[in-house]
Amino acid sequence: MVYKLTLTLLTFLLIAPVVSAQETVAASVEATVGDPPMIDSSLIPAPPSDIKAVDTDNDHGHSITVTWELSADDGSGMNNVLSYEVFRWVPFLMDELDTLRVELARVAAEIDSVGRLTGELKDERAVIWAAIDDMADQMPEAHRMYPEGGEWRLLGKVASGVATYDDTGGKDRKVSDFIPDFSDLYFRVEAVTSDSAIRAASGVAGPVQSYGQWFNTGRTPVFIAFMFFGIMTVFFVIKARRGAELYVRPLAGIEAVDDAIGRATEMGRPILYVLGLGTAADVATIASFTILGRVAKRVAEYQTELIVPTYDPIVMSVAQEVVKSSFSDAGRPEDYNEDIVYFVTQLQFAYVAAVNGTMLRELPATNVYMGKFFAESLLLAETGALAGSIQIAGTDEIAQIPFFIVACDFTLIGEELYAASAYLGREPVLLGSLKAQDYAKAAMILLAIVGVVAAQFEWNWFIELFHVVD
Amino acid sequence: MKRQIPLMLVLVFGMFLIFQYFIPHETSEKAYEFLLDWITIIGIFAMALAIWSLFRVTVAKVRTRKENWGYSIFTLVGLFSMMIFGWTAPNGEGWGWYFIFVLSVLMAIGMLVQTMSVKSGRGLWAGLMFVFLIIAVLIGIFDNAWSFHFMSAEPLENPMFRSFFDFVLMPILATTFSLLAFFIASAAYRAFRARNLLATLLLVSALIVMLRFNPYLTPIFGDYMARTSNWLMNVPNLAAQRAIVMGVGLGIVATALKVILGIERGYMGKG
Amino acid sequence: MNILDKMMRLDRRWIFLFLIVVCVVANAVEFEVPILVNREVQSIYDFIDSLPPDDIVLVAIDYDPNNLAELHPMTFTIVEQCWRKKLKIIFTSLSQNGPGMTDQAIRDITDSMALDRTYNGVEYKGREIVNGIDYTFLGYKPYFALIILGMGQNFRLQFPTDYYGTPLDSLPMMRGVNNYDDIACVMDISGGNITDYWISYGQGRFDFPLALGLTGVMTAQYYPYLGSGQVFGIMGGLLGAAEYEELTENPGLAKDGMRIQLPAHIVIILFIVLGNIGFFIDRRKRKQEGGVQ
Repeated sequence: MVYKLTLTLLTFLLIAPVVSAQETVAASVEATVGDPPMIDSSLIPAPPSDIKAVDTDNDHGHSITVTWELSADDGSGMNNVLSYEVFRWVPFLMDELDTLRVELARVAAEIDSVGRLTGELKDERAVIWAAIDDMADQMPEAHRMYPEGGEWRLLGKVASGVATYDDTGGKDRKVSDFIPDFSDLYFRVEAVTSDSAIRAASGVAGPVQSYGQWFNTGRTPVFIAFMFFGIMTVFFVIKARRGAELYVRPLAGIEAVDDAIGRATEMGRPILYVLGLGTAADVATIASFTILGRVAKRVAEYQTELIVPTYDPIVMSVAQEVVKSSFSDAGRPEDYNEDIVYFVTQLQFAYVAAVNGTMLRELPATNVYMGKFFAESLLLAETGALAGSIQIAGTDEIAQIPFFIVACDFTLIGEELYAASAYLGREPVLLGSLKAQDYAKAAMILLAIVGVVAAQFEWNWFIELFHVVD
Repeated sequence: MKRQIPLMLVLVFGMFLIFQYFIPHETSEKAYEFLLDWITIIGIFAMALAIWSLFRVTVAKVRTRKENWGYSIFTLVGLFSMMIFGWTAPNGEGWGWYFIFVLSVLMAIGMLVQTMSVKSGRGLWAGLMFVFLIIAVLIGIFDNAWSFHFMSAEPLENPMFRSFFDFVLMPILATTFSLLAFFIASAAYRAFRARNLLATLLLVSALIVMLRFNPYLTPIFGDYMARTSNWLMNVPNLAAQRAIVMGVGLGIVATALKVILGIERGYMGKG
Repeated sequence: MNILDKMMRLDRRWIFLFLIVVCVVANAVEFEVPILVNREVQSIYDFIDSLPPDDIVLVAIDYDPNNLAELHPMTFTIVEQCWRKKLKIIFTSLSQNGPGMTDQAIRDITDSMALDRTYNGVEYKGREIVNGIDYTFLGYKPYFALIILGMGQNFRLQFPTDYYGTPLDSLPMMRGVNNYDDIACVMDISGGNITDYWISYGQGRFDFPLALGLTGVMTAQYYPYLGSGQVFGIMGGLLGAAEYEELTENPGLAKDGMRIQLPAHIVIILFIVLGNIGFFIDRRKRKQEGGVQ
């Protein structure tokens, strides 16, 4: 008993000074914030006024835009406002969420150090995840308790003269910048002078809730242009299907393909088809597949050899499929061999070395380069020229077009590559889309001319019509 | 039916991705991220197919003793030795039996290729393959100087991996790239000829742009050269580039629309 | 005429050989190429020169060893200028094969910074460069567009630790440094399309001063951004690097390389001129022959 008493006494003696020191600090903080008697009140600037907080537009939520009227002493009056500090009322539940995140980080570090996900760690992590989700779900409720169970926290600073602040957080509950949607948020702004103790607070803005939008109005011009073009394409496709005659100017590069295949057959040499460095998602590569289909069909008919080294695994798989069905379309499925299309490497210059080696060893009669090309364009095309092959190229990479023009016999420039598929197929539905492109181009030229005039007369509203906000 | 289902998938996902661009909402973001994950997953499977294709084509060259088949052996050795280096790392100072292990694995693969290549005496080569394989497995089990790491970054620090990367691969890549300088020289020699008015204009502007920074000419021309070349770059050159970009942009949208609506099916092997 | 005929049908391998001979000879002979500094390079120098000590510059090393020959000199000269001026540097390396090379480059530069140097009679004292105090190397993460966007919020979002595994908050120079607001400028040295993302996602969104160091072939593409004010300076190719070395009074690889590049350019121009002479004579000859017939 005596022992216990002594211990309590000792504890009290040890803790008391700390507690009282804390109390003093708290008191002094309150003194400075609540009622600053030590400060020359004539130096206190006018507070920022008319504070407003609204959900940030055109985003996925989790963000509030705060605006205010500048303090009267910012840029005029005493002119002593140096910056504005923006505060948000945060419930203490947020701190508990942070504790869970620290726990989660600890588990993640442990998983890293073990090097794999053990069952135990996985369970532990799942428990924390569930707790985080649970707590995040309670956020709207915790915010409704304002002003109980929380405190004002500093979000950030902006320089004097600025009257807006985006409180942008994330949607990921596991990251500390998470701002809950559909919760009542409150904001306050303080004008701060060079002495950070001398400041003036605005009123409170709120409650305001953040939420995501279902349409990005900043992208309206893109939407209108897309709808216009899309409808036009469909219109011309339907028109073409009904039998309207559509003219397409001849493309020398595509016409040359047939001759080149004939030449290869006569010479008994192979044809090399390069799909470029693009992925299967690049439209240039998709257009190239169509041309490959055509080349493969002819190759099958003439029984010439075809070589297709590829750079991307998915492109390889698709190209194999294209060549295979072209062979069966030509009535020679038995001639198809899976090794016609093969994978080389995903290193740019190693790929160049491999293809150049193939060119110099096999001496193909014709090289076809269609798709996306970068620094390797000239390396390939010059080696091909050295090997004495007829070369046909097409790419939408502007920087590479000059190289191909210099080193190849025929070059499809930019969109001609896409037009090639329509030209090859000669199907009216494909030609229809070319017509739509022509009309869209005419519209563009017209708008560009009007834009020049608008810029001359400073019709800014016209220019604003085309402004896309990301 | 075999063609209908893929076309439906293209339509659904294509339309979704178009409209996703205009929808900032969290739900659309999540769906987008989910689809992006799928691209990675499909890519990994395709990579396995791709390496198999490379292996088969290379082995075929060796098997048929096609012209210059010796290079194919280098390809195979490079492919497999880098794979082994990329999956193993020494544990301490010594190498132990590491190199004998690497050699045994390569020999086993070599014997496999040989077994596939020859018409008679397959049993002998297959037997040798098993011998090498057993040696490799035994070293792998009993040698503690090094170990396998499949899911970590440690092998990147494997001195063998690093040396091959830094002292073989990188110089070769840099050399291949630098060949561009020579090819530009020979291409320029053939291309820039004053065949007609337009070609002459091209030649003159090319000379101005090339000579603009020449320190020996500046005292003669002042900054006139630099100003003219800047004008050439920023006015005629840029105008032409923008025109091509606009055409390309429209072409991309049109082609994408055709693919999504199932009008263009070339990528499915139907030209 | 016979010689001209031959010249017209000149095998390109002779051109290659001639070019390499010129390069080798130029490399062996000692001479100095006068360097004239362009405005777009000067403005980068002026900007960095005007920064007070302890300001932070973000140097984005976005190239692979493929482009090392052209871009390494830029990295060396800019980084040395910053450290001579006692600025601090945050390095990033958003190109797949870049981080190892960047790490090596940082080591090389810190070694060279430790030595005293004299140029044009001015002495530059060597000093020790310390990781965490003078620089931080954040390393590599895939999907550069996301990384550039993420760093606008907080460097710690994408890089909780630096390349060597140290948490950012344990590095003295990173305390209180959160995002682009806390740095003076971004210098992107790049050999690929990452530059587009620094312009549109980085500068476009977060409005920091951005300067570019680019390979020679890329340079022309980025001049429009100089005019629009999105970029305050461009260093193009080896020549740009040489100009910068001249400005910083720190001659190095690029200035040395000019001795080779300049004759090589002259050779190319010479070949173009020769090709044209041959072409004209050939055409005249054919016209005359046509006249006879």
